[in-house]
Amino acid sequence: MTSAANTAGRAGGTRALEVDVYEEKAFGFWLYLMSDAIIFALLFATYVVMAPNHAGGPTGKTLFNLSRTFAETMLLLCSSITFGFATVAMRGHRRRAMLTWLAVTFALGAGFVALEIGEFAGMYARGAGPQRSGFLSAFFTLVGTHGLHVGMGLIWILIMSIQALVKGLTAPVTSRLFRLGLFWHFLDIVWIGIFSIVYLPGVL
Amino acid sequence: MQTTDRAERLQRPYITGFVLALVLTGIPFGLVVAGLLPRFTTLVVIAILAVVQVVVHLRFFLHLDLKSTPRENVLALAFAVVLICIMIGGSLWIMLDLHERMMS
Repeated sequence: MTSAANTAGRAGGTRALEVDVYEEKAFGFWLYLMSDAIIFALLFATYVVMAPNHAGGPTGKTLFNLSRTFAETMLLLCSSITFGFATVAMRGHRRRAMLTWLAVTFALGAGFVALEIGEFAGMYARGAGPQRSGFLSAFFTLVGTHGLHVGMGLIWILIMSIQALVKGLTAPVTSRLFRLGLFWHFLDIVWIGIFSIVYLPGVL
Repeated sequence: MQTTDRAERLQRPYITGFVLALVLTGIPFGLVVAGLLPRFTTLVVIAILAVVQVVVHLRFFLHLDLKSTPRENVLALAFAVVLICIMIGGSLWIMLDLHERMMS
């Protein structure tokens, strides 16, 4: 990226090249998101096939707590809009506002992960770990994979906050923040599938 | 003054999307808690609202539209949707059919 930018002599040429590079990166990242969506789709299909196989163990009705799921949903949804506000602040070159919104997003995302870890630990303590039945294996794989993505997103938010703080809102930093935004909003979309396919039918 | 106007304009889709998402999340949770409709009807409503909410998120949070989004991105999304439909639909068809034949 930098070598390509350096070889283009004039400033205008460099700039156009850079924009091209960022658009290509955004497209590449979009392709990654689409393949990630296919991974989640297959985990959803696996879950739906495995869901009736309780093996005499606990079912969703006794394990799932709808108010906890609702809280997780709200945390993730609110973190999506606060990330949106961070993006708006970034585009207005208001670095302090952007960092504040990123911090709020991080706190909401961390709250989500904490609730989910608590849920998993509670299930494990009741003997409803992934080894208990096909239903629980599929549940932990699907919801755990999503939780892992959110955890990675949190690390990414932390890294980008530090970059914005140290380097300022340069072109590479804003381009990375843009892709982080895509990733974060994408995770919220996957969560819609999780509460609609796993939790709500589970307690019905 | 001008910058706040611009910020407001940029913020509007997020707020619209957020309100829509709140409604589209609230209805299925409310239906399940209240238990007003029969099980199957509730499942259908949940599925429809989930699809609508995915579209709302794509439109208002990921800013996807048919005009400004690069064509390759829309094509990649369409391709992914086709793949997902084939793989989910195919898996469920095969496995549920197998289940029916083995268990009954």
